[in-house]
Amino acid sequence: MDTVPHTSKDKEKILEAIGVSSFEELLTSIPKRLRDFRWDLPCGVSELELAAELRGTAVRNTDFTSAVCYLGAGNYDHFIPAVVERLAHRSEFMTSYTPYQGEASQGTLQSMYEYQTLICELTGMDASNASMYDGASGLAEAVLLALRSDGRKKILLPQTVHPEYRAVVRTYLSYVGAEVVEVPALDGAVDLAKLRELLDGDAAAVVIQQPNFFGILEDAPEAAEAARKAGAHLIACVNPLSLGILKPPGEYGADIAVGEGQPLGNAVSYGGPHFGFFAVKEPLLRKIPGRIAGMTVDNAGRRAFVLTLQAREQHIRREKATSNICTNQALCALKGAIYLALLGREGIRKLGLLNVKNARETYERLLRIRGVSEFSRKPFFNEFVLYVDRPEEKLKESFRRNGILGPLPLARFDARMRSAYLFAVTEKRTPADLDRLVKAIEETKEGDYLASTGRGIKQTHF
Amino acid sequence: MDTSKLRYTETHEWVSLNGNLARVGITDHAQREISDVVFVELPKPGALLKQKQSAMIVESVKAAFDIYAPVSGKIVKINEELGKRPELVNQSPCEEGWLFEMECSDLKEANGLLTEEQYQKFKTQPTH
Amino acid sequence: MLRPEEELSKLIFEKRSANTASWLPSPGKEAEEVLKKIPKDLLREKEPEIPSLSELDVVRHFTNLSRKNFCVDTHFYPLGSCTMKYNPKSLDAFASFPGFADVHPYADEEDVQGALQLLHEMEIFLSEITGMDAFTLQPAAGAHGEFCGLLMAAAYHHSKGEKRTKVLIPDSAHGTNPASAALCGYEVVQIKTNPRGHVDPADLKSKTDASVACFMMTNPNTLGLFEEDILEISRLVHEKGGLLYYDGANMNALLGVCRPGDMGFDIVHLNLHKTFAVPHGSGGPGSGPVGVKKRLAPFLPVPRIRKEGDRYRWEHSAPSSIGKLRSFYGNFGAVVRSYAYIRALGKEGLRAVSENAILNANYLKKRLEDIFDEPFDGFCMHEFVLSAARYKKQGVKALDIAKRLLDFGVYAPTIYFPLIVEEALMVEPTETESKETLDRFVEILRAISREIQENPEKVQGAPYTTPVGRIDEVRAARQPNLRYHSK
Repeated sequence: MDTVPHTSKDKEKILEAIGVSSFEELLTSIPKRLRDFRWDLPCGVSELELAAELRGTAVRNTDFTSAVCYLGAGNYDHFIPAVVERLAHRSEFMTSYTPYQGEASQGTLQSMYEYQTLICELTGMDASNASMYDGASGLAEAVLLALRSDGRKKILLPQTVHPEYRAVVRTYLSYVGAEVVEVPALDGAVDLAKLRELLDGDAAAVVIQQPNFFGILEDAPEAAEAARKAGAHLIACVNPLSLGILKPPGEYGADIAVGEGQPLGNAVSYGGPHFGFFAVKEPLLRKIPGRIAGMTVDNAGRRAFVLTLQAREQHIRREKATSNICTNQALCALKGAIYLALLGREGIRKLGLLNVKNARETYERLLRIRGVSEFSRKPFFNEFVLYVDRPEEKLKESFRRNGILGPLPLARFDARMRSAYLFAVTEKRTPADLDRLVKAIEETKEGDYLASTGRGIKQTHF
Repeated sequence: MDTSKLRYTETHEWVSLNGNLARVGITDHAQREISDVVFVELPKPGALLKQKQSAMIVESVKAAFDIYAPVSGKIVKINEELGKRPELVNQSPCEEGWLFEMECSDLKEANGLLTEEQYQKFKTQPTH
Repeated sequence: MLRPEEELSKLIFEKRSANTASWLPSPGKEAEEVLKKIPKDLLREKEPEIPSLSELDVVRHFTNLSRKNFCVDTHFYPLGSCTMKYNPKSLDAFASFPGFADVHPYADEEDVQGALQLLHEMEIFLSEITGMDAFTLQPAAGAHGEFCGLLMAAAYHHSKGEKRTKVLIPDSAHGTNPASAALCGYEVVQIKTNPRGHVDPADLKSKTDASVACFMMTNPNTLGLFEEDILEISRLVHEKGGLLYYDGANMNALLGVCRPGDMGFDIVHLNLHKTFAVPHGSGGPGSGPVGVKKRLAPFLPVPRIRKEGDRYRWEHSAPSSIGKLRSFYGNFGAVVRSYAYIRALGKEGLRAVSENAILNANYLKKRLEDIFDEPFDGFCMHEFVLSAARYKKQGVKALDIAKRLLDFGVYAPTIYFPLIVEEALMVEPTETESKETLDRFVEILRAISREIQENPEKVQGAPYTTPVGRIDEVRAARQPNLRYHSK
């Protein structure tokens, strides 16, 4: 493939205009020995050949068209209406840059403003930025914001928060001089008594994930109240798709709401690109990281949109900026906005109900299988943990044979969580899918190692 | 306003001294350089500052400027009105657009500040 | 009745038609029953003010919005330092294959061998392109890559028992460099640019000591000039035990021309959305892979891909790793596009990219030298910086010229960056623009230059042909209106 449009005649004319006889003359400032190297790369191929080759690579991955997906834990197999990509992939959105020249970027700016409004409405917050990289880095930035806004140095991070998110928070805090205290779990949710105990005058923020990593609904209002009493910020990391039926974080007192935007109209794409959303209450408005669009007027008094509050950002404030973020995930956020618009206010509730209903039906049906047992009795949204008393390898084999992806073995994160599985059940799952899942589990023989480890494990960790 | 009684810094703050109480703002020259002030991040009352330490930030659309404490001391009052009307810094830099008041902990520091005449000369030098 | 432009500027919240989300099945009555399993105080009471619109009205709304944008596919977009090149459409099609787009990050390794192979090969390609030893594809963007690279620099020095506190950055650098350094707890020290537009070696020498962790630079630098003393700079920094960091924002100049690894850089980040054809998407997503020399490889973020025989797997634990920077493995969809781009172009095609990017930039630079000041002599690489300072006497600023360009159907160059050039206009034509387009750009700038002499008010009042005129940014920042409130 070739992307250069010059004819050889053009090229000659260009060289002549520059006043050199060969391209190499333009490179004289580069030391000769740097220009001399062997480059071990393949030769180019045509689109036709490459399409065939990449199709071959792609089919070696098991995708949602060839298997039924019960995997979740941050990325979910939701249905995406065709309109989302049709619109977002329009050239004018896809091949424009960050809207620095507002007059020639009103489409992007207005859609950013609408996105921000939708996120505020969904979360019950006052202001939103235009997107972060993902939920995990968004959470880390929220923690940094909380640390920045007062002198406090402690972050309370429950063990019910996604382990990858916790890891990312720790990475971001590597050189910030803050202390991360992990709050233990009780019955799959934050141990509120422990949380109250740990909340002292040095706590800058409490993080709550809702639903949490295990799919369980935390008593977020209680956690918020505890944080408020201690003068700490509450950071709520929420699944946006759940907010059609679940209480928005703004209503239970969150100061910052963040989360992973993938469920809103973004393909899973092996974990990215998606977007993180980031919203705050009014007092933190000028401390937000990243781009923000604002409404104003033009010189004729017409409504216009523009990037605003830019003095917070790295290109102006440099080492004193609120964040180093520059490129964000604008196109993914746009997909989120289009998706929400397609849902409408009725649709977002309808979708929530479908998820809750499918998940609950799956949960109850699975519990009727011999050797499948409860992890927690707490309520959940579209994801839950069950113990499945089967050898993991056998289960895996059976799932593959039956064309099923997942559920997620939690032993992957903690060896002590052996035989605990996280099931995600979206609106896409059908009764036939459920039959298939049940069959796959039933086809494996019951194991015996739960007996040897004891059922009490849920009390001892997570 | 009679600016002849004011004292100045090389970072373009003015100081009006009344006993050990110092009212601080930025000069007309500074507000012109900054252009339209869109936001001021005022210091917290009670904050203790050393001379030349950054006390607060004044923002324009495309820039942010540190404002330095002209003397050491404690912040005792801030101009709350600027929260709603940051443009006062442009419109009336030496009166309604004042920024904060400090209790000086060492009045001798004020002796080192520039006089009106010295400042006028200083700001026209091309090198600052 | 609203005028057409008023109709077109209506917010989605100001429109109304019926929407029952009929693309979803009905949840049925029993769903409400299931909801009772959730305590009441965890449930939403007031429904969100999400608009209700028919599918057509949603389509019309966003289609009309899109028409208010300039983009590469519709306009020449010479935005310096952003590499607004044409991105082949085939790349988007490849990334949409279900085997890439509909794959779960927690799928068993057996179920994602294709994805893992692609990622593994991409790490090798990028290592070869840049002359580095190992790559991570995890960072989501350039600034994320900088953060990753500096964390590794810090971890490296710590592992040697050294406490280094400073990061050196040229005064011409992009703002993310100091912001990333600050995030890693470093003090930022600026290095001056000399009158020739290069890092001032004397200033660098005087500031390089055992407290310096890293010198972050781009090459070519943000003025579009190749740092010809790079080997000496490398020697100087390494002699004091510091590391050399390469910001790959300008890599579009170097493909097949020379390699950061050979120049002595220890850490490199690339912007796949600049050099490697990931569409910019109105500001993202991008991807910011980071490459290192062998001695820094133990510090790369986890997980790492390992190849054993013909199987690939993730290795999650690495004792010296800086940890994780985001969830999962990076912006996979972006990596697929860049992988395909590298495969499609191959080594000759990639070299042709940089050759033509350099040719186009020098051609424009030469043809514009009589109407703008060029602060630095000599040939440029893939971009160059002009100064519009001469037009100040007519009261016209770089900003005015940028806005006037929009009326001629050209997006504006980057303005007021780098900060060290007065009234800067930074032009990056990229390799995909034809001579005809470049010639037209020259003619337009000449016309604007004449206009400044004859009728400067016209330029100061631009643009006139865009959906809105000059925007009141002061008002936007003084009275922030960041969301719509329904009446």
